[in-house]
Amino acid sequence: MFYILAAMILIFSVLTVTSRKILRAAVYLLFVLISTAAIYFMLEYTFLAAVQLTVYAGGIVVLIIFSVLLTSHISEKAIMADVKQSLLSALAVGAGAILTLLTILKFTFIPSSAPAQPSKVADVGNALISYGRDGFALPFEVISVLLLAALIGAIIVARKEKDGIVLNKK
Amino acid sequence: MTGTIPLQYFLIISTLMFFIGIYGFLTRKNLITMLMSIELILNSVNINFVAFNRYLYPQNLQGHFFTLIIIAIAAAEAAVAIAIIINIYRNFRSIDVDRVDEMKF
Repeated sequence: MFYILAAMILIFSVLTVTSRKILRAAVYLLFVLISTAAIYFMLEYTFLAAVQLTVYAGGIVVLIIFSVLLTSHISEKAIMADVKQSLLSALAVGAGAILTLLTILKFTFIPSSAPAQPSKVADVGNALISYGRDGFALPFEVISVLLLAALIGAIIVARKEKDGIVLNKK
Repeated sequence: MTGTIPLQYFLIISTLMFFIGIYGFLTRKNLITMLMSIELILNSVNINFVAFNRYLYPQNLQGHFFTLIIIAIAAAEAAVAIAIIINIYRNFRSIDVDRVDEMKF
């Protein structure tokens, strides 16, 4: 099961960054995110997997697809980098990946055998609002304020100004 | 289910996904596809956090909550980035990074 998910993640990641059609790249990204949610399910973090499915696969991908439709034609092909640039990027990326993989494979991780903390929805909710030990009340509040600020900022930035249309005429 | 698969496999997947995302960020010319590469990078980091949490510190939930917060930040970041992209498209009629090369309005 894990190997199927791993293969799906890698294949669809490569397709996401190499597909010439932007809409198709967005759908491949959706498959990558769903496979990641399946990996969270496999690791028995069910609430996290549900959040991944709703926020990432449900929210962000729909947002990206909407913006693709707003800013380009469906049949439009993306302009790719020239051969020299993509070769150089592949070289740099391959070198970085090999270095990181060698470091990871050389290090021996000692898995812990401690009993797993339950991560049901009730436990997650209690931890998010408790301010004692193992509580995450402060990050939770900070993230809610950040989300509100970001959403208001996004609305203000994307708003159509009444007299701002002349700005692009030189 | 997790007993049979070593932790390194998760790290290998997330490393490869991270560098594929960087490759996309370097070679893509379209702002939206660059945003999609950033989502790939954030997602690979999340897999790392969750795998470390499950294998090395199963008695805590720190990695779990870190991932939850990263997902929220990614949502906020995507909203702001898409607002900026739509505004750029309205002003330049294009979202290719080669053609959007002036900051003067």
